[in-house]
Amino acid sequence: MGCARDIVEECGVARFLFSDFPLGNPCGKPWDTRMQRSIVESALDLLDRAWMPRTTVQTPFYWDNDGWRDTFMRVDDGNREALARAGEERRRRQAELKAQR
Amino acid sequence: MDHYQPYRSFVSYIDRSREYYAAQGYTRPYTWARHDAVPFAPLPKPLSECRVGLVTTAGRTGADGAIGIGPFKRELYAAPSEPPPERLFTDDLFWDKQATHTDDVDSFLPVNRLAECAASGRIGSASPRFYGVPTDYSQSRTLQRSAPRILEWCREDCVDAVLLAGL
Repeated sequence: MGCARDIVEECGVARFLFSDFPLGNPCGKPWDTRMQRSIVESALDLLDRAWMPRTTVQTPFYWDNDGWRDTFMRVDDGNREALARAGEERRRRQAELKAQR
Repeated sequence: MDHYQPYRSFVSYIDRSREYYAAQGYTRPYTWARHDAVPFAPLPKPLSECRVGLVTTAGRTGADGAIGIGPFKRELYAAPSEPPPERLFTDDLFWDKQATHTDDVDSFLPVNRLAECAASGRIGSASPRFYGVPTDYSQSRTLQRSAPRILEWCREDCVDAVLLAGL
């Protein structure tokens, strides 16, 4: 069960139940028990009925809006400098932690 | 809504993350696993007789664990399904923190939903434990260390099939 379709399909798995949601809730929206139940049931169906590897099934659910598709990990002129600084900072922190080991 | 568009609708995380990390100054892009041959096994018996387990990429705790350094440490673990966990640690994983949240464990580890499937007879039983596998940038560690350990735990728990949900 997952939301990163390209990563899973490139890797190749026996069975893949894809929900076209932002990353974080591959088994249904938080607190939506009916949707979660439906997704688990679909995953069980897929376990039972698939007959060959790389079988992908997409659940019929959609997120409330599509804004997340463009905003997640977005790189543009508005954040390019901040991202470069964040990368520098992360590498510095990792080097520090490594030195402490 | 039915409509036409000149691009695919689902997000390519391979493209998106490559550009994102390049903007952070990482010069070598991550190389994703790609397998030409993919194994497949049909269920060994009817689903209503199978014991089903769950695998998650979420962690039990913030910084404890065996893989990585400091706050980047992640742990390989098996934990009881009953009582179901009320929270798991996901802060260190790369999911869309603007669009959603992980306060409801069943939205990424359907431990209660699977127990309901066992109660209704849809599956034989749910595994008494669920299994946590760290998101590890090392594919060889995932293949050689994490996967065999998860398989061992599944065998100890007499699991016939697992559902893996990655954050």
